[in-house]
Amino acid sequence: MKAKQTVTVTTHAGALSSVQLWWKRRILPGFGVTLGFTLLYLSLIVLIPLSAAFLKASGLGWEAFFRAVSTPRVIASFEVSFGISLLAAGINVLFGAIVAWVLVRYRFPGKKALDSLVDLPFALPTAVAGISLATIYGPNGWLGYPILAWTGIKIAYTQLGILVALIFVGLPFVVRTVQPVLEDLDLEYEEAAASLGASRLQTILRVVGPELFPPLVTGFALSFARAVGEYGSVVFIAGNMPMKTEIVPLLIITKLEQYDYRGATAIAVVMLIISFLLLLAINALQRWSNTGRIR
Amino acid sequence: MIAERARPPKNRSAVREPARVRLALVAVAVLFLGIFVFVPLCAVFAEALKKGLGVYLASFNDSAAIAAIQLTLLVAAIAVPANLVFGLAAAWAIAKFEFSGKSLLVTLIDLPFAVSPVVSGLIYVLIFGAQGWLGPFLQAHDIKIIFAVPGIVLATIFVTFPFIARELIPVMQAQGSEEEQVALSLGASGWQTFWRVTLPNVRWALIYGVILCNARAMGEFGAVSVVSGHIRGLTNTIPLQVEILYNEYNFVAAFAMASLLAVLALVTLLIKSLVEWHASSQSAVKEQI
Repeated sequence: MKAKQTVTVTTHAGALSSVQLWWKRRILPGFGVTLGFTLLYLSLIVLIPLSAAFLKASGLGWEAFFRAVSTPRVIASFEVSFGISLLAAGINVLFGAIVAWVLVRYRFPGKKALDSLVDLPFALPTAVAGISLATIYGPNGWLGYPILAWTGIKIAYTQLGILVALIFVGLPFVVRTVQPVLEDLDLEYEEAAASLGASRLQTILRVVGPELFPPLVTGFALSFARAVGEYGSVVFIAGNMPMKTEIVPLLIITKLEQYDYRGATAIAVVMLIISFLLLLAINALQRWSNTGRIR
Repeated sequence: MIAERARPPKNRSAVREPARVRLALVAVAVLFLGIFVFVPLCAVFAEALKKGLGVYLASFNDSAAIAAIQLTLLVAAIAVPANLVFGLAAAWAIAKFEFSGKSLLVTLIDLPFAVSPVVSGLIYVLIFGAQGWLGPFLQAHDIKIIFAVPGIVLATIFVTFPFIARELIPVMQAQGSEEEQVALSLGASGWQTFWRVTLPNVRWALIYGVILCNARAMGEFGAVSVVSGHIRGLTNTIPLQVEILYNEYNFVAAFAMASLLAVLALVTLLIKSLVEWHASSQSAVKEQI
């Protein structure tokens, strides 16, 4: 879904002359109505509700706002959310690159099925993924039991459980951003490198690597952005212990349930600002990963 | 080895890794997706059917389960058409016309994807909740939005807001507006042009956007959880019912409800690949012409 966005299409009208533009404007009906409706709907559903959070938080005043977001429990939850999201995005970059490479370059039985499997975390509701992961990685689960028996490591109800859930939700982003770039990559450059005496590893690192760097960074950012806000797949497996396995979205819900609307709003505003910054960064990255491979 | 190196490398082998490496990479990919995606998917059905088909089917014969299914269908039946109309309007304005601030508008449409689901629910509580801006007014007029169906619908519309628009915009932009101009100059009305020219041209993108929007609308958990109030039989959608049953240790029933959503996800992926297959065969035909 988000990965789809890498395929930005240049505006068609950019190529038209001003006379054609004038003609186009004149002849097609419905500009006022559709743009007006778009702006109205966008304002009512998205912009006004979002600004409500900021206005509510500004009513707190700086000092109260700062106090609300700097309690040890809030800071610990930010550390848990951001630390584990970074780690999950990093793991997704490594394995996502391998999955994309295998899907584009190799032929093997079951490849189509493997390709469809990549999209499953997009389509499977988070609560379903959450209870399933908690069961599998729980102390009696299919994977949780053998892992606990052999290594003594508990996964469910620890930070590792959060990591597993965040890897699951972020997994498609890296694959789906790297895949189209890899498909468009011309084999000629690799052949040229090989014929000039480069080893396969050198070719991959020096010729393919730079091409894949922008989409990998974009995929990392998308995966991270999704992981930071994720709630449904994490709450069941996390254990939700304050200071240890409590993620930021859960803390917002906890505050709401305790009728601490100010505390919840203050944390939400911090999350919103981070989301906006990530969205801007991702937009810039996607422009970069598209223009970064001009050859 | 030395003899091999002296020969000019054959094209094929020069851009291929050794068989051992290839096998290892495929194994890593299969193992990674297997552990993180395939096993969780299978576990949903395995846990749902753990005590046999009879118990599985019996878990749907429950008034709270039926109410949750009905509410989920109702919410999707409102949210998806609402976002469909918006998606078509936004794509028409953005793809067919030039105006300043367009790229900002496209970014703003993406905004709901960047927001945490929990925060998406919270913003509606801040407006319509008892402590919110409109809270006193709503209470005075006995209108319930938060902890009621309207709040669930609003939160669902918010989280699924960009799906259809963002599938339509690039496709409509790529198609330009020549065909519409021809239709209009031949005497078709604006609506005729839209129904007979524009819509058929974007139908695959439209279907794609609608099924993704629908899957998310039916499966949304975080945002809906904040605004729902978890009133059994009244404000529980399927995902919320899954949570309640799971927290009550009623695992078979929880996974039975979850299996409905897993089937929905599989059907969504199936339609998605059918659409992709159609769209690619269509573009292949166009290229040949």
